[in-house]
Amino acid sequence: MKNDVRVSQSIQKNTRVSHFFSYLLMSVLAVLFLFPIFLVVMNSFKNKLYISTTPFLWPDSESFVGLQNYMDGLTKIHFLSSLGYSLFITVVSVALIIIFCSMTSWMISRVPCGLSKFLYGLFLISMVVPFQMVMYTMTKVANVTKLDNFVGICVLYLGFGAGMAVFMFSGFINGVPVDLEEAALIDGCNPLNMFFQVVFPIMKPIVITVAILNAMWVWNDFLLPYLVIGTKYKTVPVAVQYLKSGYGSVDYGHMMAVIVFALIPIVVFYFACQKYIIEGVIAGAVKG
Amino acid sequence: MRKSYKKYYALFVIPTLAAYAIAFVIPFVMGLGLSFCKFKTLKHAHFVGLSNYIYVFTQNSGFLGALWFTVKIAVVGVVTTNLIAFGLALLLSRGLKGTNFFRTIFFMPNLIGGIVLGYIWQLLLNGILIKLTGNDLTYSATYGYWGIILLYNWQKIGYLMIIYIAGIQSISSELMEAAKIDGATYRQTLHSIIIPLVSPSITICTFLALTDCFKMYDQNLALTGGAPANKTMMLALHIYNTYYNRKGFSGIGQAEGVVFTILVLVIAGIQLKISRSREAKEV
Repeated sequence: MKNDVRVSQSIQKNTRVSHFFSYLLMSVLAVLFLFPIFLVVMNSFKNKLYISTTPFLWPDSESFVGLQNYMDGLTKIHFLSSLGYSLFITVVSVALIIIFCSMTSWMISRVPCGLSKFLYGLFLISMVVPFQMVMYTMTKVANVTKLDNFVGICVLYLGFGAGMAVFMFSGFINGVPVDLEEAALIDGCNPLNMFFQVVFPIMKPIVITVAILNAMWVWNDFLLPYLVIGTKYKTVPVAVQYLKSGYGSVDYGHMMAVIVFALIPIVVFYFACQKYIIEGVIAGAVKG
Repeated sequence: MRKSYKKYYALFVIPTLAAYAIAFVIPFVMGLGLSFCKFKTLKHAHFVGLSNYIYVFTQNSGFLGALWFTVKIAVVGVVTTNLIAFGLALLLSRGLKGTNFFRTIFFMPNLIGGIVLGYIWQLLLNGILIKLTGNDLTYSATYGYWGIILLYNWQKIGYLMIIYIAGIQSISSELMEAAKIDGATYRQTLHSIIIPLVSPSITICTFLALTDCFKMYDQNLALTGGAPANKTMMLALHIYNTYYNRKGFSGIGQAEGVVFTILVLVIAGIQLKISRSREAKEV
């Protein structure tokens, strides 16, 4: 009896020690994970000369420039318009992908003919082909078809996003019974109305997943907007890269402020829909 | 029933298909054709047979060097991200309080785009390197190499960790309890229960990281841009530079794109085969 108590006490003590080390390890790692971002924010308030020479020092009376870098980011680099382009392109592209790819996936899942099988296979190919294979010719096609502006590029994103979206939507639809749809058709609905009134609401979980995965991709995508619309309309990643390639030497003050601007929407988005993002990423990885 | 759908088939399929054709199918076929041509503009392309491909595999093209650098990044990148992510997943799925908070932090870098990531890490690594050695990232290919590895770990660990956590959590708690009652140590449980049962996640994460490393472009461009002397140039960046920064090399860049595509297809094919054979075993 006495022995048992002693054993259980020592087990408890062991768990407590191991909990302590777990927390210690996680905290150290958490600091390491946050440090680079903290460093950028801190340096965004310093004069550019001090950023490259003493990046780890807290801003002092000499190096502190207040919001100057941020003001330059807004007035000289016109970063607000970059945020606007990125937001517009991301929202419209994701909407196009959701609407048209869900329609296509539903149709090719519900009408299992040779053509449907062929189309399904055709869409999947783009998921594995690296962008460098098509970057030049795609840019030329975009020029000819007049899609080289911030509206037309959304059509290109529909095309590039189709592979993954069709794959994920089809996987979901195959598990949805057809009874409801047949009942709605007997009631005299045409397939288009029926799709949006009956099928689309059922697809909500997969729609959220596809929307999140595509939003993350389009928002952060660099090479496609750089090649197709980069000279006229700079999205956020293009504007950041342009600081480096455009003016010769980099103004690190501007760079820091612009990076902070770029991070704010991501952090807001992350904390607003964290649950969906993490679930979506798991679903996307496991199915993809 | 199916008949009433068929009238609407075109309406449902054509918008996506048209966009897909413009963005992918037509450029893909054109690209395949152009890889056998010499061209500056599309109008003045002329057929040169396999000579682009032959040049790709000579020393001068730099393709093999970039491939070798990419392989080195991929091997170390895949191993380090997966080991650390798996370790963190074990730590975070022990039911400790507050693990959600840590999960949130570890996952966050995954949302940041490669270009922005590259410049964040350039600031940090240059700061450290200049302090320690007096030189920055562009001084040596070794710096650039480990810089890319560090950046990639920071970006991907949280992502892989989330997938591993999902895998670990799907193990039935009865099985874990049974092991505990039988007096299995944590190490034994890890060896005989957790690792075998999360092996599908291990396959997924390994190949995710592998294709990711092979396709890496933004991070490479922003962090090192290939410096010094193109020694830290990965495949994707190398192809871009061959295409756009060397006059008269467009055809060779396109041929490199085709070879690159084949490489990635082979990796994807191996992954498919592994996961299919596992499914067959389970059934």
